[in-house]
Amino acid sequence: MSDTIINVNDVSVMFRLYRERMDSLKELAIKKVKGQVAYDEFWALNHIDFQVGRGEAVGLVGKNGSGKSTLLKTIAGVLKPTLGSVTISGTVAPMIELGAGFDMDLTATENVFLNGAILGYPKEMLQENMQRIIDFSELGQFMDVPIKNFSSGMFARLGFAVATIYTPDILIVDEILSVGDWQFQQKCQRRIQEMLEQGTTLMFVSHSMSQVKEVCSRAILLHHGNLILDDDVNTVCRVYNTL
Amino acid sequence: MSTYIHNFLAYKELLKELVRRDIKIKYRRSFLGILWSVLNPLGMMIIMTIVFSSVFRANIENFPVYLMCGQVIFNFYNEASNMAMSSILGNASLIKKVYVPKYFFPMSKVCSCCVNLLTSFIALMIVVVVTGTKISWTILFFLIPILYVFVFSLGMGLLLSALVVSFRDLQHLYGILITGWLYLTPIFYPVEILPGWVRTIVELNPLTNIITILRGMVMYGTLSEPMLHIKCIIACILAMAAGLYVFYKQQDTFILKV
Repeated sequence: MSDTIINVNDVSVMFRLYRERMDSLKELAIKKVKGQVAYDEFWALNHIDFQVGRGEAVGLVGKNGSGKSTLLKTIAGVLKPTLGSVTISGTVAPMIELGAGFDMDLTATENVFLNGAILGYPKEMLQENMQRIIDFSELGQFMDVPIKNFSSGMFARLGFAVATIYTPDILIVDEILSVGDWQFQQKCQRRIQEMLEQGTTLMFVSHSMSQVKEVCSRAILLHHGNLILDDDVNTVCRVYNTL
Repeated sequence: MSTYIHNFLAYKELLKELVRRDIKIKYRRSFLGILWSVLNPLGMMIIMTIVFSSVFRANIENFPVYLMCGQVIFNFYNEASNMAMSSILGNASLIKKVYVPKYFFPMSKVCSCCVNLLTSFIALMIVVVVTGTKISWTILFFLIPILYVFVFSLGMGLLLSALVVSFRDLQHLYGILITGWLYLTPIFYPVEILPGWVRTIVELNPLTNIITILRGMVMYGTLSEPMLHIKCIIACILAMAAGLYVFYKQQDTFILKV
């Protein structure tokens, strides 16, 4: 294995589950005085520890609520772990949700620049690659339409096209391939393969075992926030199906 | 520190895009577009001048310019602090999905309001010319009070945006506060008419000092005494320090609360 690019070092994430929502100062003050600020601790991730080498494609599998998305968010730098640390060496393209940060009132072209800036891409690069974005998303005649008029498929296509226009060191994909039609899914998968060939490291979440097997070589199985298995993708999928 | 600067530079394109978005959306589909940034303060000034010069008889020389100097500064502060306050909550979906430096949200709002402030200065210049105000070279320094009010608003915006995530009541409370603040700022009356204790409060108000400096430059041909500038700088430093401190302490919990 080559050098480590993602180092997840003993990460735990705790959420406080407030029994009642306390959004107001008055409520908080009253409850504090009465000593009733009650919450349950919920550990979404427990001491997760693993490394990913450059160029690896790792699938994250587990049932709903097993902590897959939480783990991806800590890797993407969105969520700070309660304990432990995550170190990343390189650029990250997070695709936790396609088109996060799209503004409904702007046109598709304007959104390409806005979303590109959110992902930290330089403007010149976006301008140069505009044609590729249009071609990939197949939105040629709709680029000057405000995206509030878009269908969810068009939305996803645009989001995917912008996020993958540039080959990042680390690509984080969270169940986004379930949108769009079959053809577009194939296209996305091809693009991901292409990026992998160029040396991108992939963290991939999907409920479709066939997709995980197709894209990834290694997989990590999460269950109730614990890492149970970190092994070859076929072994992990077999264990997952017996859970 | 250098990592912060590096991070800022890496995302400076985002700041530009966010500001551009705000301005585009504000005037999208309106016939006169950005011209409203000039027309709006002019219209407000005309109404207020009619009300205050014929109804209340505030005896201020060159009332339209006097009023407008106060108005553009206060309106900017009002708009910038309010928009910055709701910026974190408004971008909740983004904060949960992608890493971006979070202070960019309140900062971009203050910047887009600042673009508005600069266009409303065109309106102020029109009024200066139309009323035949004697123009002095000191007017060239108008960017100094703008810088003060910008930094002060940014500090307050950071503070408010971080606090409102935990205490939503602030949105409503601040509406009342800002109304009080409006009347405690000498926009349409001279400070001299106030009784002792109110006058002390009004003179402690940082916006009063900024407006006084601007009026000095535009109307009276003076750069104001250094003490006034020092007061403004202290207010800016305090607002920024409080804003940055609270924001920095709170920012990692935003994702859990928005």
